[in-house]
Amino acid sequence: MKEKIRIASGQGFWGDLIEAPYYQVISGQIDYLVMDYLAEVTMSILQKQKNKNPKLGYASDIPELMKRILPVCKEKNIKIITNGGGVNPESCAEAILDVARSLSVNDLKIAVVLGDNIKDRIDDVIASGCELNNMETGESILSVKDKLLSANVYFGALPIVEGLSQGADIVITGRTTDTGLTLAPMIYEFGWKENDYDLLSVGTITGHILECGGQASGGNLLADWESVPDLANIGFPIAEAYPNGEIIITKHESLGGKVSFETIAEQLVYEIGDPKNYITPDCVADFTTAHLEQLSPNRVKLFGVKGTKATDFYKVSCAYSSGYSAVGSLTYSWPQALTKAKAADKILRERLDKLNLKFDEVRTEFVGYNSCHGPLADNIDEEKINEVMMRVAVRGNDYNSIERFGKEIAPLILTGPPCVTGFAGGRPKPSEVVAYWPALIPKKLVEPKVILFS
Amino acid sequence: MKIKLIDIAHGRSGDKGDAANIGIIAYDDKGYEIICKHLTEEKVKNHFEGICFGEVERYEMPNIKALNFILHNTLGGGGTVSLKHDAQGKTLAAALLRMEIEV
Repeated sequence: MKEKIRIASGQGFWGDLIEAPYYQVISGQIDYLVMDYLAEVTMSILQKQKNKNPKLGYASDIPELMKRILPVCKEKNIKIITNGGGVNPESCAEAILDVARSLSVNDLKIAVVLGDNIKDRIDDVIASGCELNNMETGESILSVKDKLLSANVYFGALPIVEGLSQGADIVITGRTTDTGLTLAPMIYEFGWKENDYDLLSVGTITGHILECGGQASGGNLLADWESVPDLANIGFPIAEAYPNGEIIITKHESLGGKVSFETIAEQLVYEIGDPKNYITPDCVADFTTAHLEQLSPNRVKLFGVKGTKATDFYKVSCAYSSGYSAVGSLTYSWPQALTKAKAADKILRERLDKLNLKFDEVRTEFVGYNSCHGPLADNIDEEKINEVMMRVAVRGNDYNSIERFGKEIAPLILTGPPCVTGFAGGRPKPSEVVAYWPALIPKKLVEPKVILFS
Repeated sequence: MKIKLIDIAHGRSGDKGDAANIGIIAYDDKGYEIICKHLTEEKVKNHFEGICFGEVERYEMPNIKALNFILHNTLGGGGTVSLKHDAQGKTLAAALLRMEIEV
């Protein structure tokens, strides 16, 4: 058994810093590179791409990234784990193997985790008595079944562990929990058992710390953000894990950013619900037992973590089509910037009313004044406001109404209040609204499959 | 004496469906005592009048001197449906830190 392993975060979401994983593998010793690519609605976007072209449906940045990091990873024996396989992990593996062949990187083994996609099995699932009720509203999925774009089960660490056990250099999954990506190498390397609840929980909380990349190493830090050095070259977080569950969060010394009590504490509270019950497919982790101690600059110890047995359910993330939306904006300058922006909004709404357009919601915000904090924003002396952006957004099921809204923004320039600009990029176009449907499914109804590609 | 919450605490916020999560972390023990005493569910709900239209739940995390708040019915339908500029509630931690407290 290894004395310790170093697990490096490479991406916090699809669209994150493209250079980050490259610097993680070249700037010092790591054993695993873990990359989270999937936000809640990403699967539905990928599903649409796969519907058009059966070779697509995975995070398309991956092959290009592999060109840069595969030779280094092979040389330094760094294993890669990512959920960027999306709805087509097999094609993602094939694309990586193509890259490997073109670089003469031989003997590459890629494990692919399948079985999370239950979209085509929804009827069977419902027939077996699981109506995939919405976790927030309690509604049965039957109400949106015809509009479903994707339905994926969140697997945990175990299928990845299975892939690593088969000798994989790279594990590509579809929908897997962000935390499972980081927990898996600990289970695999240290032989943690399924009833080692405290160990599984410390690995899970470590995964939560790594899953948003630079957000744990100085990015988006509310506590004295100006103290963070060299954000331009931010190093993403690295977890140093030991067999007894001791964890040190750190980063490569040569890179920017910082790892401190504050950077980790802010990430610990990020997007959690009841901290005593952080439910994953692997365990239920108790975040109120996660203690932090700053050992030295850029080294924070995580200890004391307790947890309990996992539940008998997987979470399912479904996406369905829910109408259209469009956003338009115009910028008004001093004098009376806010008064003019408000007047323009009133004129626009009067015109929309007169056209009898159908919207579920019309929302106006004034960027530069109150778009973030709404009624909590301080009143400002209008003499002192240099400019305000009027941002109007509409949503509804009637495509034509949303499209027509897009044609009513630009006319305000010549037919509304003065000193207005910022209409570049043409008429706002309707885009499809993809809504999210979280549900639970009994674990016994789903079986992860692991296939080795080489 | 009035103090601004931002002088004794930091935090981070994000989305959980149509609910926002706001984690507020005190810089020291004294600060944690203050936020535990003053940041009640009711007070946070009142602070977010016109923004939060549902229940507020509060959870204590003494291990890192933090309180976690869940603000239901706050994000205009949730991350993907919402028309809000801040559809994911990313700036709401700062909005809570605007609060002034009498100590």
